[in-house]
Parts: sequence; structure tokens; C-alpha cells
Amino acid sequence: MREITYRQALNEALAEELERDPNVFLMGEEVAEYHGAYKVSAGLLERFGPKRIIDTPISENGFAGLGIGAAMVGLRPIIEFMTFSFSLVAFDQVVNNAPNMFMMSGGQFNIPITFRGPNGPAHQLGATHSHATENLFASVPGLKVCTPATPRDAKGLLKAAVRDDNPVLVLEAELLYSSKGMVEPPDEELLIPLGQAEVKREGSDVSIICYAQTVPLALAVAAQLEEEDISAEIVDLRSIKPLDEQAVFNSIAKTHRAVIVEQDRAFCGVGAEICYRIQKNLFDALDAPILRVSQEDVPIPYNERLEKFVLPNADKLMAGVKKVCYA
Amino acid sequence: MQRLEQRDEVEMLALMLLIRRFEERASQQYQAQKIGGFCHLYIGQEAVVTGAVAAVREDDYIITAYRDHAHALARGTSANACMAELFGKATGCSRGLGGSMHFFDRQNHMYGGHAIVGAHVPLAAGMAFASRYRGEDRVTLCFFGDGAINQGSFHEALNLIALYNLPVVLICENNLFAMGTSVKRSTSLKQIVDRAEGYDIPGEIVDGMNFREVRDKLTEIVGSIRKDPHPAFVEIRTYRYRGHSMSDPASYRTKEELEKYRLDDPITRLRAQLTREGKLTNEQFDQLDKKAKETVIASVKFAESSPELPVEKVYDYVYFNGAVEAGVSPAKRQESAADAAAATE
Repeated sequence: MREITYRQALNEALAEELERDPNVFLMGEEVAEYHGAYKVSAGLLERFGPKRIIDTPISENGFAGLGIGAAMVGLRPIIEFMTFSFSLVAFDQVVNNAPNMFMMSGGQFNIPITFRGPNGPAHQLGATHSHATENLFASVPGLKVCTPATPRDAKGLLKAAVRDDNPVLVLEAELLYSSKGMVEPPDEELLIPLGQAEVKREGSDVSIICYAQTVPLALAVAAQLEEEDISAEIVDLRSIKPLDEQAVFNSIAKTHRAVIVEQDRAFCGVGAEICYRIQKNLFDALDAPILRVSQEDVPIPYNERLEKFVLPNADKLMAGVKKVCYA
Repeated sequence: MQRLEQRDEVEMLALMLLIRRFEERASQQYQAQKIGGFCHLYIGQEAVVTGAVAAVREDDYIITAYRDHAHALARGTSANACMAELFGKATGCSRGLGGSMHFFDRQNHMYGGHAIVGAHVPLAAGMAFASRYRGEDRVTLCFFGDGAINQGSFHEALNLIALYNLPVVLICENNLFAMGTSVKRSTSLKQIVDRAEGYDIPGEIVDGMNFREVRDKLTEIVGSIRKDPHPAFVEIRTYRYRGHSMSDPASYRTKEELEKYRLDDPITRLRAQLTREGKLTNEQFDQLDKKAKETVIASVKFAESSPELPVEKVYDYVYFNGAVEAGVSPAKRQESAADAAAATE
């Protein structure tokens, strides 16, 4: 194992998959000559050439659709959205074409495509550039959605996404590109199956269910809670769809309490689905109502203080945990 | 220019007759409530797709919008598989899961059947991109209506197609109306072909009521693309005799206008050309028509007697090669309607 950044981990995943399969190509705005708006594709143009690392005009709907068409006839495109806030321009292709083709064609055309890019609120980008899109896409049958929080998960999940025979969205955490973590050496194949959660920290008093940018938040809060003698278990979903509900149930069966901390909106959000599944399966095991910490139900404001207030943060999560623990 | 061996014109006339009789029978079956959803008929436009397929190879890619029955038939999908699809049966070309607007036939290189206006033009760009990527000399034919040319996806796709110099023939089937809105009321240009100019794509206007003109023009274009990949645009002027869909009485146009086009009927025209040249007798024509009618009547019987997919099978068509929720069997990709039929037996 060695320590690399989340950005490097994604870069390694791309390079390894491009190397392994000549049908894989990377396309998006500024992915080639600019090396990616977030430098995720640094060095790939030089290594794989302009045939496979392709800059596009600013036409998300156009190049997302181009990728789907290429996938229909056997290529395995990786389409980068500069941010998933811009994927909304391509919503028709991602939602109406990619996941529907297999059903509409009676099983003749599956779409092996990866859509990837940063997702979720970052720092003071304002309402248009701060969308957490996971609940929008996870509700669409035919799509798979994963949300890596660590360099290791980013590499393993992206590689698994590229090899999947269905449309997969890899929602990278915009705020975590420079974060570091331990990852297997490059000569060791690292694949993390879609739909497998991971307990990032064991605990016995309360389960904190989290994903993407809320994972480091939950881990930090768990360390603080330890000082107050509350032992929190951190369950990182890693994938939103398929959802590893069993991992969630296993944890809550042990702790009997749950707080869900999500980066998206509360109304019809990811946490709402998880709550439903917990109460349906573990009603008698719960010692307290499930609590959710999500975005406030408002467009994200630019002002730093207001933005902090609107997003999930340590204070809110701490208060939530204490509430379900009656502490 | 190397000329492709042209498909026999009598055979192509038979195909036009099959399309017409198929659509007439579909209309009747729709009124008898055997067909659900929306149903858009191609009657009047037969020379467009027939002329186009006569100009390409069997392994060239074809993709179209929702008025797609004729494109599948022209590609070689059986009338049985097409009618069964309209009936929602498991023997349909999309196993009864796509319906009228979503005909697919992988084996015959028919890539749909797409019902969001303009949304398949980027797909065509991707298919042609793949041909170029692999160094193949395939050509992609992308059909769309006059209504599609004002969609954003159309414009984004045309720019990408021109920018990457992709081997696509963009075929605008201009039947003068996007649903009930005439081109005059929808499009700022005097002629649609000028859209291509804005993207530096060569464009031409073709008489879509004349099979030979469509075939010859496309043969020339496709031959040029095969030698040296590039995009092309054709505005093929045609006319649909029926309304936009089955529920449309087409009150936005006059009887006189419709009659004018009926007199220029593409089937009558090719028949007259062939008769004049001594290549077809009246008896032979009647035989062709009789055969088309019989094929279509048989397809209705086939569709009626075909099974539907069992309801629990619906979960098999969400994710390929592994289902998301436990307990659902992994789906296998079907290569063709024949596979689909076999799988239900």
C-alpha cells in the first residue's frame, strides 16, 4: 500500500482501463489538452493519444449522446462531465436514452458507459454549480450510481464502473480530489464491486450512514463523540444504486440507532429511501427514531456563512447523534 | 466512382408495397384496439427509406425517429416481428417492450426507433464515431423529421459530426409538418437544407416521391463517404398521407394539398417507370401487391397467436448481466427477434 490522492487514484483507474481495453476511450470538455478541469486526466493524452482522449465542445447533451451511440455498437466510453451540475444539460441522454435502451430494445442493446465527474456542493460556487445529483439519477431504473469517498474506493469503483455492462455514474467528491489515502500498488488489480458498502469505523452505540463528502465529516464527528463516550459506527454506502441495504441493517441490528448524513436534499433524497428500508426491516430493533442530516431545502447560497448553514456540518451531525442516543 | 451493385427495382417496389400494406393493416388493427399507445404511419413516404436502403450495404448502420415501422421492414425485419411488436408480443422485434415507436433489430443493423425528437441524432454521431474509431468503412444513415431540426440535440450533434468529420448521412424526411405545425411556422429558414451549411456539411435537396432519385443521390453520397469519411445532409421532400398519429384528422392542411401529393404517389411512380421500360407487367404488379397483402395478413395472425412475456420477466430487462435487486435473474442480451421468440418457447 502507498498513499496517493483521490485525484491520482482516479487517474490510475482511467489509465489502467484504457491500457487494458482498446474499446475504452475518454471524452469530455478539457479532458485532453487541458488535462481535465480538475486535472484528473493529467498525462493521458500524451500516453494514449488524441484518438482515445478526446476534447469536446461545450455540448453535454451532444457528447453524452455520442457516447451512448458508440456504446450501442460495442465501444466502452468514459464520458466526463466537468461537474455533474452540467450533467443536467444532458439529462435527456443520461435519463431517457442510456438506461431505457435495454428495455426498449427487448434486451438487444445494453449500454456499457461510464459517466463521471465531480458532484455535490463545493466551496461557494453558488446554486447552479453546487448540485448533488445522486437522488436524481438513483431514482432512474437502469442506471447505477456510486459515490466514492476515499482514494482506494475511487480507484476500485471507477474501474468496476468501466467494466460494467450498464450505464454507471461515478459521482466523484469535488472537495476530496486532493485528499489522501492508502491504496494498493499499481501492479495489484483493485476492483471494488458496485453495491458494496464498507464499515469505515466500527462502533456500538449508533450507526452513522454516509457517503461521498459526508464520510470524512462522519469520521471526524465519530472521533469527537468518542471523547464523550459515544461509540459511532460509520457505514459508507459507496454505491447508492445498487444499495447495500444489508450492510446498513447489520450495523443497526448492532447499534439500534441510526443517523443518515447525506450531501443531497432531504425531500425525496437518498436518506428517505434508506429510512424507509430500515423501518420496514428493522422496526423492532430501533431504540430511537431515525434522524437525517441533509441540505436545507433551499438553492445553495454563495455567501460562505449561509452556505455552511445550509449544508450538513459537524455541529448538525453531532446534535443529531446525541438526539438519537438521548445523550 | 465505384458503383454499388444496385438492388433489383422490382424487388424494391415490392418492399414499398409491403410497407404500404403493412401500415394500412396496422391502422386497421389500431382502430380495432389490438395496438396500444401511439402509432405513426409512413404511408406516402415509402420511397425515402426504400431508396436509402437500396444505396447502402447490409452492415451499414441505420437509426431513425418514431415513425419507424418502414425502416425496420426496409432493413429486413420480418412483417411478423414488426406486427407482433405493435401487438406487444414476445415475438416482436423488441419483444413487445418497445412498441410502435421503439423498433430495434440488432441483427439487421437497425438501431431504433427513437421517440424523443432529435435525441437520436447524437446517438448516430456515436455510432459513426465508433466506425471511425475502429477504422471501418461503414456509413451511418440517420433519419429524422423536419420537426427535429429545431432541437438542441440536433444542433449539438451536427457540430460534433462535422467537427470530428464522421461518416453520417443526415437524412431529413421533410414531410412539411412537425405534428400539426408546418415548417413555415416552425423554422426560420426558407429551406431546411440550409441548416447543414451552418455546420459546413454539404447538403442537397432530393425529391422523396421518386425512388430512383433518392437511391441514386444516396448511392453517390455513400460512395463518396466510403472512400473518404465525411458527413452529408439531404433534405428529402416527401409527404405523409395520414395524420401525425392515429388520433390526428390532419385538419391543418387542405384536401387539395393531400390530393396533389397522392397524384405523385411514389409507388405509382416507380410502377409507371418500370412499366414504361417494359420491366413490369400489370399482372406482375398485381402479383406483388397480392403477395404483400398476404404477408401482412399472415403477420396479423402471427401476432395474434404469439405469446406475451410473463409479467415477472420485466425485471430481466433493466440491467444487463446481473440484476440490481436480489432474486432477479441476470438478463442475457438478445441478438434478434428470432432469439427473442426462441427464448419464450
